[in-house]
Amino acid sequence: MIRHPVWLGLAAIVALLLAGLAAPRWLLSLGTLSAASGLVSLGVVLMMRGGVVSFGQGLVFAAGGYAAALLANKAGVSDALLLLLAGGASAVLVAAPFAPLLGRYRGIFFAMLTLALSMVLYGLLVKWDALGGSDGFNMRRPTVFGAPLPEGWWAYILYAIAVVLAGSMAIAARLYFDSARGLVSLAMRDNELRVEYLGASVQRMVAWNFVIAAFIGGVGGSLAIMALGHIEPNFSYWTTSGEFVFVAILAGSHSVGAVFAASFILELVRSFSSSYFPNTWQLALGVFLLIVIRFLPGGLGSLLRRTPKTRP
Amino acid sequence: MKTLSAQRLHKHFDGVVAAEDVSLEVAAGERVGLIGSNGAGKTTFVNMVTGYLRPDSGRIELEGADITGLGPRQIMRRGVARSFQVPQLYPELSVLDNVLAAAACTAGELSFWRPAHSAHSVAQARAILERFSLAVHEQRRVAELPGGVRKLLDIAMALTRHPSLLLLDEPTSGVSAEEKFPVMDTVMAALEGEQAAVLFVEHDMEIVQRYASRVVAFYSGRVLADGPPGPVLADAEVRRHVTGAEA
Amino acid sequence: MSTFVTIVVDGVTYASWLFIVALGLTLVFGVLKILNIAHGSFYALGAYAAATCVAWLGALQISPWLSLFALLLGSVAVAAVLAPLTERGLLRFFYGRDEVLLVLVTYALFLVLEDATKLVWGVNPYFVSEPYGLFGAVQVGSHSYVGYDFALVAVALACGVGVWWGLNRTRAGKIVLAVIHSAEIAASMGVNIGRVYTYAFMFGIFLAALGGALTAPMISVQPGVSVGVVIVSFAVVIIGGLGSIEGAAIGALIVGLARALAVHTWPEAELFSIYAAMAVVLIFRPEGLFQRVKARRI
Repeated sequence: MIRHPVWLGLAAIVALLLAGLAAPRWLLSLGTLSAASGLVSLGVVLMMRGGVVSFGQGLVFAAGGYAAALLANKAGVSDALLLLLAGGASAVLVAAPFAPLLGRYRGIFFAMLTLALSMVLYGLLVKWDALGGSDGFNMRRPTVFGAPLPEGWWAYILYAIAVVLAGSMAIAARLYFDSARGLVSLAMRDNELRVEYLGASVQRMVAWNFVIAAFIGGVGGSLAIMALGHIEPNFSYWTTSGEFVFVAILAGSHSVGAVFAASFILELVRSFSSSYFPNTWQLALGVFLLIVIRFLPGGLGSLLRRTPKTRP
Repeated sequence: MKTLSAQRLHKHFDGVVAAEDVSLEVAAGERVGLIGSNGAGKTTFVNMVTGYLRPDSGRIELEGADITGLGPRQIMRRGVARSFQVPQLYPELSVLDNVLAAAACTAGELSFWRPAHSAHSVAQARAILERFSLAVHEQRRVAELPGGVRKLLDIAMALTRHPSLLLLDEPTSGVSAEEKFPVMDTVMAALEGEQAAVLFVEHDMEIVQRYASRVVAFYSGRVLADGPPGPVLADAEVRRHVTGAEA
Repeated sequence: MSTFVTIVVDGVTYASWLFIVALGLTLVFGVLKILNIAHGSFYALGAYAAATCVAWLGALQISPWLSLFALLLGSVAVAAVLAPLTERGLLRFFYGRDEVLLVLVTYALFLVLEDATKLVWGVNPYFVSEPYGLFGAVQVGSHSYVGYDFALVAVALACGVGVWWGLNRTRAGKIVLAVIHSAEIAASMGVNIGRVYTYAFMFGIFLAALGGALTAPMISVQPGVSVGVVIVSFAVVIIGGLGSIEGAAIGALIVGLARALAVHTWPEAELFSIYAAMAVVLIFRPEGLFQRVKARRI
């Protein structure tokens, strides 16, 4: 039985693919990048629904990106889809060992440990000359289904891949949020004690959420580097992780679509800012974040809620 | 085979004896009231049975299986459930979602994709709410509910497991005097047809007298008396140390 | 041997300004329970304010020693003007809310201050060189070290001892300790919590700004200076323990010496070692080396 959000998601994917045909290259680029960052922020939201905030998703973003770039440049893997999945898998490999441990942390300590782990990776990458050190390196352009693409179509094809991939993962995320496990995650955020006394393991759930978010983030990372053509250690820096949290707070934890919309808004503001208001766009973001935290604690997505009582 | 068999439990904290040679057996279907003044040992007993505390010595068996020293989650998974003196609910979720979440936890296998609000799950949750006269509150956010309703929801959530052993921690505490009997009536009616052995900790002797088929009185960590409500509550020692009425 | 001395001098110097900054951060957490991401922004503001004050007072051509006073003036100005504004005008609307939410609020503040600093001082670097040469050179063995660095160590020690003494030996300090222990209980005993919060925050920000002002002569003051300070000061207070003065000192020493050691012997490990230490502490002893706050774990 196919459900409502699946149809909505598919419709959105088709609409975006069609709209993309008419869009200028810079907008397609922006869309691709928003999808990539949106995926990482989606992971943050997923964990937030379980009651923890990760300040270190840069870890999986960078892990996915570097893995894809290295496979493309050094191991001759050129297929885009393969690289995206490999990015996700690599991020899981990096994150999974820490998942059971993180499952036992909450609040500030969870945030600080995720932050520390991402900074450890940053510290390693910055001094790793073979990986380009603090400059990073460029990535070879991938192929799609075996064929290299004509220059003129590259932006749209990558955008299409991004829309389909991010769209599918968004649908999957929505299904997860609506699932039994998704509901218990929300319950966990409200009252861990009761969840344990009903026989479910809070530690295991937080750990799984971390691993799933890692996969999504890793895919996002490899998509990002395909869009940018270049990777650097900054992917793992704390300010990058901060941006993912910013988008998650802005979007709220109710609507998956809102996460990508918020991500797009951020990318839009960032790209316009360098030309028009380079020294005030961060200020605007900061003020906006404060307004959201104070007056719209459910994020922008809470504005879309249809039945506030039964559909959290 | 007894549902619960506690044998010679001992527990002390820094020289304070919380449980001394406590033995108790409860069969399916019994309604046992645990009474005693604060610090008498009834809460310690409940905590040992639910795994929050580990007895220093002694043995606890659930339907013949040894559960001594296991943690709360493992014990709950074996068919024990409890309610709390201060109701432990999910405040931001609706009443229906509270029961759905509880049912999902007790079901054991947490699906990554099967919907929480499937027709089957919702029907089952509604059935439980009906038994507790909570159906009318289905869509309300728990944070907005009055005390008696919260108590009932707390117990309803425990019942999603259809436990073999149910422990109710002061089910009428914090409930206004005129609501106490209606709440207990609802609870007992909801428990009809459940095979559970029910233990409830209570301070209100009227409640105990009316709803318990058996009363166990605690004092100084020991079981002072164990038997039908009439004789136990009339017992001189019990009256001196627990109910406060001098013989 | 001389490498050893260099490492120690480098490490302790680095640890000194880091301790001053971390002390402010840990105090603000101890009293207000706020882990302030924008703390590094106030460090930068202290550095910029110092640059401005040194230039102003330097123009008066009175004495090169006046530049030291200028450093202090800059930090006091930052604290006196911005701290009450921040605490009364922003933070107090979020008191009592989730700790992580407050971190997010301070993150938003960090974003705002990054640009605010650029708007006031522009994007070009400032060089505050006058104070740096004031203390001449100190000869240790065959190497010559800058006297300013040793003066910095002295200031750090003074701050540490001063704060310790202020908290433990004065009446006001004991009140602050009571609030650190439990704001609720202190309030019920008649303590004006709001006032304690305001002054504690102001003092914490003063320390951040002072750290920035004192380091200004050693660096080029430019946008982005705050970013690195935020994360390294966090590492220090996590390693030392949130809310602990001794922790801030030991944490700063560990980070300073580890960094100096890495820079001189294994440069690749410079950054990674600091954050690995932070991660290791969080994994094995999350409340830090000097317990004050119990880690929230299940």
